[in-house]
Amino acid sequence: MTDLSIEYCGMKLQNPTILASGFLGVAPLTMKRVEKSGAGAVTTKSISAIERQGHNNPTVVANEHFMLNAVGLSTAGADHFPEEWDELQIMKIPVIVSIYGDSIDAFVEAAKKICKFDIPALELDMSCPNVSKGGLEFCTSEETAYELVSRVKQVAGNVPVIAKLGPATHLLVEVAKACEKAGASGICAINTMPGMVIDIEARKPVLHFKSGGISGCALKPIAVNCVYKIYKNVKIPICGTGGITTGRDAIEMIMAGATTIGIGTATYYRGVDAFKKICKEMSDWMKKNGYKNLEEIRGIAHEPFANAKAPGK
Amino acid sequence: MKNDFRKCDDFPQMVKITKIVDESPTAKTFFLDCGMNCEPGRFIMLWMPGIDEKPFALSYLGKQVGTTAVLRGKFTQALFKLKPGDMLGVRGPYGRGFSIKKGQKALVVAGGIGVTEVMTLIEELKKPTVILGAKTKDELVFEKKIRKHAKELYVTTDDGSKGIKGYTTDVMADLLKKEKFEVCYTCGPEIMMTKVLGLCNKYRIDLQASLERYMKCGFGICGECALDDSLVCLDGPVYYKDEINKLTEFGKFARLKSGRKVTLQEYFAGHG
Repeated sequence: MTDLSIEYCGMKLQNPTILASGFLGVAPLTMKRVEKSGAGAVTTKSISAIERQGHNNPTVVANEHFMLNAVGLSTAGADHFPEEWDELQIMKIPVIVSIYGDSIDAFVEAAKKICKFDIPALELDMSCPNVSKGGLEFCTSEETAYELVSRVKQVAGNVPVIAKLGPATHLLVEVAKACEKAGASGICAINTMPGMVIDIEARKPVLHFKSGGISGCALKPIAVNCVYKIYKNVKIPICGTGGITTGRDAIEMIMAGATTIGIGTATYYRGVDAFKKICKEMSDWMKKNGYKNLEEIRGIAHEPFANAKAPGK
Repeated sequence: MKNDFRKCDDFPQMVKITKIVDESPTAKTFFLDCGMNCEPGRFIMLWMPGIDEKPFALSYLGKQVGTTAVLRGKFTQALFKLKPGDMLGVRGPYGRGFSIKKGQKALVVAGGIGVTEVMTLIEELKKPTVILGAKTKDELVFEKKIRKHAKELYVTTDDGSKGIKGYTTDVMADLLKKEKFEVCYTCGPEIMMTKVLGLCNKYRIDLQASLERYMKCGFGICGECALDDSLVCLDGPVYYKDEINKLTEFGKFARLKSGRKVTLQEYFAGHG
């Protein structure tokens, strides 16, 4: 059997698939179900310092090409995290806790409350397109990204900090480098791409928030491009996220340079068993092509010569 | 690999309201220029552009589906202002519906607006016994229609303004002392359904209950409608007795729009 185990930001995973933030991550028992379905780790829905309702519906729509969502970062708030963390002790796989804030101070406040607990990693949702404040302004400026990550690092103690970046900027590489410099242990790339669908009979955008984030199949080439560019320029590991629905997609993302694979919208297309299915497909492809582990394929799309096989360990 | 991909058609479709029928002083059925034939108990997500989108039971199936709403809050207030010719957005049907085993002697217990979930079921069953309850006479919905399809219909109102004064479950408890049923179907206030469950456990009757929780995506990925380890929009809304008996949150807890887990009283106070 192919070895899909991987280490990511200090966490030892049995396979590289990680439930992306925003999917199935509200209730601990739902995340347990994701664990049973074969995920290597899960990411919680983003938690902010205060309770947030999120937007009215429609919040999520989808077709065969993409999903469009503007859930709007609904969360019970960090004050309820103690009981949630208590319930999450049922999890055997790592639970990455995602946080959000509408200002750097708000991020720091959430981080302070969350990092009191023994969490394996903290992911910063600093690129959400579905909020009026606290979204895209953090991942489109090197200075802001640097300040955010370093200030969170100051209160996070030993907890590894992962910066989740978005695609809607020409400064993605600079922002990723700034996050690395500020002490991020990993980069999650990418969050959703801003988009909109207008229903012409309704004469209105379909989402209540009007714009939303595109995920799913249409996002994949955008995500692969982002991961490829970031990998060239940072040393910290990348969780490649965006439109991965099959084992082949996962291999593609790993060849671009990803260490782990974020899986979200695939659960829409293939059910919660997407994790199991993708791992099997990865394993089958690797066996067929003579690869024993993920290190042998990571980043090989960057090599100058075609058909170059990465040397085994 | 693409063979196991679901049918991906989850954008609302705007359809015309063809007819609006007053079912009671507080309930209206909106007939839509949209055909659906599915198992009873599935639901649609109904969109009023600019306002909100909520799950609704299909109370009429066929070439022009109907959905019945009771005047409650902002959404239904806006809905009730619409006229035939106006448009609503529809996507679905979603969820797991009721299943019918031929020849089973069936009892249906419907409370309040819950009757809209079981109306098509009652029509499909062969002469079930039905207990229909509401707070007061004006809130009884589909009484005439059910009488046509039921072997026996018991009507209850909390205030005694019509039928038997009391709860549906009072009548159910009395009925089960003298009559045997093989299966019970129910939809109504969750407090009522916990009592129905208790009686079905006591008398060893199969049970299918239609439950509800606040929904966002409606198709099983956002995680908002979590009920223990299930998702009401995907694994439900119809749950079987064995499944319900294992739930720790049924009758006790639900999640608000923010995802915060609260007691059922707080949930219904907020969501009306």
